[in-house]
Amino acid sequence: MLTSEQVNKLEEICKRHNKAQSAVIPVLQDVQELFGYVPEDAVNFVADSMGMPRSHFFGVATFYAQFHFKPRGKNIITACSGTACHVKGSGRLIDNLARELGIPEGEETSRDRQFTLEKVNCVGACSIAPVIIINKEVHGKMSSDKLMKEIKKLRPE
Amino acid sequence: MSNIDNGCGVEIKVCMGTGGMAAGGEAVLKAFKTGLEEKGVAASFKQCSSGKVGCRGFCAKDVLVDVTVNGEKTTYQYVKPEMVERILTEHVIGGNPVADWEVGEDYRTFHGKQAELVLSDCGKVDPEDIDSYIARGGYTAIKKVLASAPEETIDLIKRSGLRGRGGAGFPTGVKWEAGRKSQGAHKYIICNADEGDPGAFMDRSVMEGNPHAVIEGMVIAAYSVGASEGYVYIRAEYPLAVDRLRIALDAARQRGYLGKNILGRGLDFDIKVKLGAGAFVCGEETALIASIEGERGMPRAKPPFPVTSGLWGKPTVINNVETLSNIPYIINKGADWFAAMGTEKSKGTKVFALTGKVRNTGLIEVPMGIPLREIIFEIGGGIENGKKFKAVQIGGPSGGCVPEQHLDVNVDYESLTRLGAIVGSGGMIALDEDDCMVDVARYFLNFTQSESCGKCVPCRIGTKRLLEILERITRGEGREGDIELLENLSNDIKLGSLCGLGQTAPNPVLSTLKYFRHEYEAHIFEKTCPAKACKALITFGILEEFCKGCGACLRACPNAAITGEKKKPHKINQELCIKCGSCFDVCKFKAVTKR
Repeated sequence: MLTSEQVNKLEEICKRHNKAQSAVIPVLQDVQELFGYVPEDAVNFVADSMGMPRSHFFGVATFYAQFHFKPRGKNIITACSGTACHVKGSGRLIDNLARELGIPEGEETSRDRQFTLEKVNCVGACSIAPVIIINKEVHGKMSSDKLMKEIKKLRPE
Repeated sequence: MSNIDNGCGVEIKVCMGTGGMAAGGEAVLKAFKTGLEEKGVAASFKQCSSGKVGCRGFCAKDVLVDVTVNGEKTTYQYVKPEMVERILTEHVIGGNPVADWEVGEDYRTFHGKQAELVLSDCGKVDPEDIDSYIARGGYTAIKKVLASAPEETIDLIKRSGLRGRGGAGFPTGVKWEAGRKSQGAHKYIICNADEGDPGAFMDRSVMEGNPHAVIEGMVIAAYSVGASEGYVYIRAEYPLAVDRLRIALDAARQRGYLGKNILGRGLDFDIKVKLGAGAFVCGEETALIASIEGERGMPRAKPPFPVTSGLWGKPTVINNVETLSNIPYIINKGADWFAAMGTEKSKGTKVFALTGKVRNTGLIEVPMGIPLREIIFEIGGGIENGKKFKAVQIGGPSGGCVPEQHLDVNVDYESLTRLGAIVGSGGMIALDEDDCMVDVARYFLNFTQSESCGKCVPCRIGTKRLLEILERITRGEGREGDIELLENLSNDIKLGSLCGLGQTAPNPVLSTLKYFRHEYEAHIFEKTCPAKACKALITFGILEEFCKGCGACLRACPNAAITGEKKKPHKINQELCIKCGSCFDVCKFKAVTKR
């Protein structure tokens, strides 16, 4: 259920984009900015408000990798899986990290919602591979040791 | 005499591209700014400035800082905030550069063979200050262009021989001419900044380092084609580039380089920013257009080409970031100057992202036609850690590998295509003896398979089947006939797919099969991975005679698979071993083996 405050904000988003067909992606981006993910209720609301089929919104949202449909963790860790990072061992870093954070197989977020670990194609910082982005801060030339130290800082006491 | 008495000028430039920021560029710049104030340098010198610049290419050495005192430039590498104090005291005030921290020989060889054009102002201008671009000759090209007929500019670009830098290499002038001739009152220019190729980051660096060159290129394109509206379709994964682009667009608008009646010459043109949402296929022109229109980014059949029917059915010219940022330089220096660089059919320079297992990784700009060997062994400084070179992967998921025996190939569109690789967007990843070529093919197919938009069957199902076979082979479950199946399937996908993604997706498979067929055979028939990279085919062990019982491996093992008493040989429990290789990496006595 959406709160009345959320409804107001969603209406604002729709208005800001003039309810245009071409605004589907920017509207979804704003919805995600607001909630941290794209909740079903919110999509239904904006689709109805913009007079477009809900299915169209979901069709577009599920096509693009940027949109998430589940609540995400407090800390977002983005692991680059680009080619340069891959050959410099990002696969092992990611495996170790997922184990350390206790993220279930096939999932992205730990059960306590402290951490989300997402893999992305390439963040374009290949010359300092392997790269891990922790809460929007880019860390280059990562090793398992360095990574675990960074994670420790984020753990609740 | 100290510099303070001399009192001329000090200029400090801190690299703050994504690489520089990751290494702590922001803190370094802050330290310089406070230091300059505290030490009274700002007051003692007639001119004193410290600021940020974009990527300077050699990101592996970040934070890179240029300190220019009275016209003498010194470049420092690996700068940390705590080093600033000594640089200011000894160099800026005392007049003696800190030799220990200056860039070394490898920095000079890295730049030695390069030819800077697109990158010539990156790392020199402040990307967030339009005056800094103007001071280096920015926005003069647009004045020249607006004073002449659009056809003259098109003719000049055609004569320069510039070809699209996004991958396909289509002649830019020809595209503009088609856009010019296309009927329609409303036309669009789109800058394709959806740099999705893993391993390529030149467009990001150009937008972060010199965004005004891209804008100027777009305005020139708009005038030549007759367009009134422009879009930059940029990846949301590049937040810094998006910010700097927006700042640059605002500044250009304020100065009258964008908007109504540009420079009083009657040209109306403005640019909007559209953020991509993470779909590799949107680098394809028609998919990119669909995405701007608010649809799923799926390509459609061509013709009609976007120049006749593009965004909202209107004529649309789409150029890549690097292509557009070449334009102001070509206008200013002339078609002949540009055409003098490169080979007969590939003119000018190309920016490559040189990464992977070479010593010097970073962004490089070289004349077209340079031998690949020079890039790897001179600019790149050869393979790191004393390992043996195996291949260079060029062109990302649409490209292929160039092995040792073809290292003398000239890097241009035609020569690389003949070898089964492509110039593509310019990702260049060096691989060494530890890289398994079957795994490299699997890696790329995993990428293209998940990025296939799903519209056409050959690509959607074909890439899935290719990936399944490759996964089987790397797991040691390859069968006789797999190689032939891979080849047949690859050729069918190439022939049957609708867009460039599917048509080129099998290239990594075909090219590794061409040069490294023996590695596939070893996986399939001998169930071994020659590079010892495929987890299912390797076993870790500890040599008793070398093991000192130091316990490093025991502590490093994430799965408690290693046991042993102190100072006695340790053992690996194969049932618990997850083959992560941590023990292999930490052992100082070479007691851990990988077979």
